[in-house]
Amino acid sequence: MKCDIVLAGVGGQGILSIATAIGLAAVSNNLYIKQAETHGMSQRGGAVQSYVRLSDKPIFSDLIPSGEAQLVLSVEPMEALRYLNYLSPDGFVITNTTPFINIPDYPDVDALLKLITSLPRVVAIDAENVAKTAGNVKSSNMVMLGAASPFIDIQVQSLEKAIMDIFAKKGDKIVAVNLSAFHAGRAFTEQKITVKNKKQ
Amino acid sequence: MLKKLLLGAEAIGQGAIDGGISGVYAYPGTPSTEITEYIQENETAIERNLHQQWSANEKTAMEAALGMSYAGKRTLVCMKHVGLNVAADVFMNIAVTGINGGMVVAVADDPSMHSSQNEQDSRYYGKFAMVPVMEPTNQQEAYDMTIAALELSEKTGVPVMIRITTRLAHSRSGVVLAPMARMENPLSLPSDPMQFVLLPANARKRYNILLAQHPGFLKYSEEASWNRFEEGPDRSLGVICCGIAYNYFRENYPDISPYPSVKVSQYPLPVKLLKQLESQVDEILVLEEGYPLVEEQLKGFFERGKRVIGRLDGTLPRAGELNPDLVALALKIERSAGQTPPDLLVNRPPALCKGCGHHDTYRALNEVMEEYGKGKVFSDIGCYTLGALPPYNSIYSCVDMGASVTMAKGAADAGLFPSVAVVGDSTFTHSGITGLLDAVNEKSNMVLIIGDNESISMTGGQDSSAFGHIESICLGVGVDPNHIHVLESLPKNHELLVKLLREEIDYNGVSVIIPRRECIQKLARQKKN
Repeated sequence: MKCDIVLAGVGGQGILSIATAIGLAAVSNNLYIKQAETHGMSQRGGAVQSYVRLSDKPIFSDLIPSGEAQLVLSVEPMEALRYLNYLSPDGFVITNTTPFINIPDYPDVDALLKLITSLPRVVAIDAENVAKTAGNVKSSNMVMLGAASPFIDIQVQSLEKAIMDIFAKKGDKIVAVNLSAFHAGRAFTEQKITVKNKKQ
Repeated sequence: MLKKLLLGAEAIGQGAIDGGISGVYAYPGTPSTEITEYIQENETAIERNLHQQWSANEKTAMEAALGMSYAGKRTLVCMKHVGLNVAADVFMNIAVTGINGGMVVAVADDPSMHSSQNEQDSRYYGKFAMVPVMEPTNQQEAYDMTIAALELSEKTGVPVMIRITTRLAHSRSGVVLAPMARMENPLSLPSDPMQFVLLPANARKRYNILLAQHPGFLKYSEEASWNRFEEGPDRSLGVICCGIAYNYFRENYPDISPYPSVKVSQYPLPVKLLKQLESQVDEILVLEEGYPLVEEQLKGFFERGKRVIGRLDGTLPRAGELNPDLVALALKIERSAGQTPPDLLVNRPPALCKGCGHHDTYRALNEVMEEYGKGKVFSDIGCYTLGALPPYNSIYSCVDMGASVTMAKGAADAGLFPSVAVVGDSTFTHSGITGLLDAVNEKSNMVLIIGDNESISMTGGQDSSAFGHIESICLGVGVDPNHIHVLESLPKNHELLVKLLREEIDYNGVSVIIPRRECIQKLARQKKN
């Protein structure tokens, strides 16, 4: 088993909660893990990324080589594009479609979304909307983790357990909301992939 | 067997606790901050009541650590690479005095300058001071080496440096912890009462002691388990891999390397291992994160030996951090380049947070400075450095901690009018106070703006040494109380700040204006908890 994931977003969007959940699940499955993060200046609204590497064999590099990532998992649509050079030829882009516009020259949103949906292997999801339906708009990152989860070769129970551990301090209600957000994201991808397979 | 998921920086913190330190001393700086933060939050460290408060700057941190070592206890002092410049005076001299309790200096370099002004390589400082340097390859080594470095420091009587870089500092992996943590040392004075007295006659004696230790340091390097020769059948090339560069080499050969190689994680360079490699191969590739320190030493001025390649001949880029792709290129391995990101993509640089008080300061400053033209505001290191970028374009310097104050003074000396400095609260107490004293003594015609957000914000909101002291420091240094102003940096005070700036620019002498409002991020965190 080997899975390299580039997590992308904007400083302050909290991509590290996704990385932490994957990390905890990987450790409980006795997998090797390396997870490189962005700290410092970029956290002030700049582009941030995290490289998550999972394997059943020891991992050397903390950085993912170009063209080897199975997933680019982005919580912001334009940021998904920034890391396409890491994506392997059969890799998937999983991205939120809600733009985070904090720069004056942000591209035209319609053109951006059109480009994203035209990528060969992509799951584009309105994570805020799905999170709202699941109970709380703030759990959109767990929607994104859920949407990526069918591509990550870790038992779904391990990811659920990780989410419970991360949010345990905040009480049962928050745990439940985040779990339901996770499952809503997962269901979205599963349905999309099934439909696609049927079409083929 | 206890395994913890730790950042490289955190692994050093855990290693220091398990290695029996009695305290950590540090000033925050990316990518070193998390070493100290880890110790601040660690249960064992709290139980043991280890010293863990932030110091005013890296020099005060290292001197306090030296005091703890003088008293016989083990200690860790942490900083980023440029922080070691601030502490360089004490660092160079404690190699000569030596230590009493074990002392480790952990320095985190930032090649590619993710959050820094330069990418200087701290291994040069280690070589300069002539002390052993350890350079972990991964999180496990960062942990193991910190324990070993504390031991080596006590065995050799000198401080030991641990050098990491951004990628290791901020990457997490599983770390197996030692079964037993060491106890702290008891209080004990140095056996030689003259050891720490660097009067010339004694300093010469101490310096000779340090010089005589080099063969011993070399022996420790050659026997260290993390320095090793690894066999390979193809002898057309030999590879020297320093620290984290080893990972990028092995990423390209995960099972077995075709080339013989030497992994270097402790300095002085293990000469025996390098000679063994040199005798077997036609050409040597040096992979090192940072400056070409090893490459330069091996290459020699006249290049008479076997060919040495690396950053100096263009096999690898001269600047910036390494990665698996660059190392693959150097090894002539063809890899997929991945897709090119589309043209639609634009840069997203960092920016001041919505609602940040610095925004209000820059808005007023820009309004006032409009009539004087560009290039007359000096600044410093912190969130407010982002004022150099659009939409503000307010400031024209960011050099080193505190330089805004002294550059504004020097420019005023030269006749620049107005001469304005913008500094943050913690940068002011880090290294701005002495510069302000110079300005007061000469009645320099300048305006100092101390943007006080009551925390060290860029590194994550650590406690600022300046908290509650800024006005009294300015008064104590001798600034005229009629020219010290404090106001809340809020949009409603815009006109007031504009008026104060205009008045103080017109005053011929030193003025200090302190716009104050708590960091918005810190406020949000407090509300959350």
